[in-house]
Amino acid sequence: MASVVGTFTLDPRARKAAAKRRTRGEGATAWAFVSPSVLIILGLSVIPVLWSLLLSFQANDLVSPSRWVGLANYKALAADPAFASAVQHTLVYTALYVPLSVVGGLAIALMLDRPIRLISLYRTLVFVPFVVSAAAQGVLFSFVLDPEFGAANSVLHALGLPAQGFFSDPGQALYLLVAISLWSGTGFCVIVYLAALQGVPDELVEAARIDGAGRAGVLRHVVLPTLTPVTIFLVLFQTINALQVFDLVFVTTKGGPLGSTTVIVYFIWEKAFKSFTAGYSAAAAYALAIALLVAGLALQLYQRRRTGKALR
Amino acid sequence: MKTKSLPFSPWHLVLAPLAILFALPLLWLLVSSVMSNAEINRFPPALIPAGINLDGYRFVLGNALFPRWFVNSLIVSSVAVTANLVLGSLGGYAFARMRFAGSKLLLGLMLATMVIPFQLTMIPTFLVMKELGLIDTLGALIIPSLVTPFSVFLFRQFFVSLPRELEEAAWLDGCGRLRILISVVLPLARPALSTVAVLTFLSTWNDLTWPLIAINHDTNYTLQLGLTTFQGQHHTQWAAVMAGNVITVLPVLLGFLLAQKAFIRSLASTGLKG
Repeated sequence: MASVVGTFTLDPRARKAAAKRRTRGEGATAWAFVSPSVLIILGLSVIPVLWSLLLSFQANDLVSPSRWVGLANYKALAADPAFASAVQHTLVYTALYVPLSVVGGLAIALMLDRPIRLISLYRTLVFVPFVVSAAAQGVLFSFVLDPEFGAANSVLHALGLPAQGFFSDPGQALYLLVAISLWSGTGFCVIVYLAALQGVPDELVEAARIDGAGRAGVLRHVVLPTLTPVTIFLVLFQTINALQVFDLVFVTTKGGPLGSTTVIVYFIWEKAFKSFTAGYSAAAAYALAIALLVAGLALQLYQRRRTGKALR
Repeated sequence: MKTKSLPFSPWHLVLAPLAILFALPLLWLLVSSVMSNAEINRFPPALIPAGINLDGYRFVLGNALFPRWFVNSLIVSSVAVTANLVLGSLGGYAFARMRFAGSKLLLGLMLATMVIPFQLTMIPTFLVMKELGLIDTLGALIIPSLVTPFSVFLFRQFFVSLPRELEEAAWLDGCGRLRILISVVLPLARPALSTVAVLTFLSTWNDLTWPLIAINHDTNYTLQLGLTTFQGQHHTQWAAVMAGNVITVLPVLLGFLLAQKAFIRSLASTGLKG
């Protein structure tokens, strides 16, 4: 391709001038290209975000006109024990899911990063649950964990162990949701780490080996530091996903039993579309959004300080 | 493929059980979908079926609604994929190559919208769709997914990385921007096209939250929403529910197995560029 381009004997300055002439009158074409995207994306994000903010200061039932209530929604939210427990469940879920999926993903990626037979089959099998929808996962595990007809109790029975209540047991349900999410979500960390491991420079590993570093030394001083930006991304990505968990909860437990799996987004959905208190729901959504923003900024800051230190 | 040169590694002893652990639930999904209800309903339930029983599939496909949900999902996903490819590449090309007033600001604004969580926009989006009279139609599902900032940005990044010289020949021949985009740039943009197609298909096909909010009547359900309610209504007919579940998962699974490289590259790239 380059040789074809090279055959043009045009003076580069003339070419640049021609290019400039062409780009100048292009505003209309450019706008025609971007306006559908701009209209849809900004129209369905910027306007709703501001509208949500407005809603959070109003009482709204999705049907009749809104009524201004000031900070009442936020005050009620701060005092609502149901919201407090939704926050607590979400934090427990996140605190378990994020480290386990990221560390587990790293461990599995390191194991899968070797040229042995069947390795691509292993990789495929570890990753494939990730493409299965949360709805399908939920329906599948509702069956597997069905106290009466499920395979899980069947296996426990065969092993001589007592049958479990699973999703009907308030002490187990939230942890089962974490386990199902780990089954489907760890594969994502694995493939991101596997891709990143290809980027670890061989020379660096060689150099460390020559300097007498063992396997653990190479891992600790060469591989892990190279992977740090990817780890930060994964922690952020998994945290954002975990704080917003909803589909799986909706399909399996509907927030139960006894409210033991009501997470923040389930709370938001319920308030808006079940009890029709959209203003209250919007206030809860804003509280969550601010938490997400803080989590994102904190990680960004951490990354910047780290790279800053490295440069110094 | 012959990999004879590779010796047996002790790692198989760890990796094989691990891989089976990940595969087992999906294997169980497939197995239980061909069980008879008698096998499932006895205690303890059978773990290996006596034979292949297609009653579950018969029940699901004989149900008037299930095929309809499949078609609904197919319509929403294919329109979303097509629209993201067309609108995303147009927008991405303009941001990558063309100068126009406010382009930097606009691109920044679009990027900023990527961090907005869905919960913040869902109630107003519902109200907008209600005003437009689109609630309880596939239109309400399609419009918000026509183009994502991610698609625009991904195309823009890809186009920026292409050498400008490739387009100059066509340019000097007097081709317009649209012509250049279609016949010079897009044929080179297969990785970007496949990434956008894969990610859009995955997110629209698998979505449950928005259909749950925007759709009321069961004839307008998508497959995910339909499967969820189907389970609620027929929770004693697990074979049928699992058959429905197989049908729900199959398009994504087949797509993944057929285009595994594109899937993995697409998904891994979201991490490496992030």
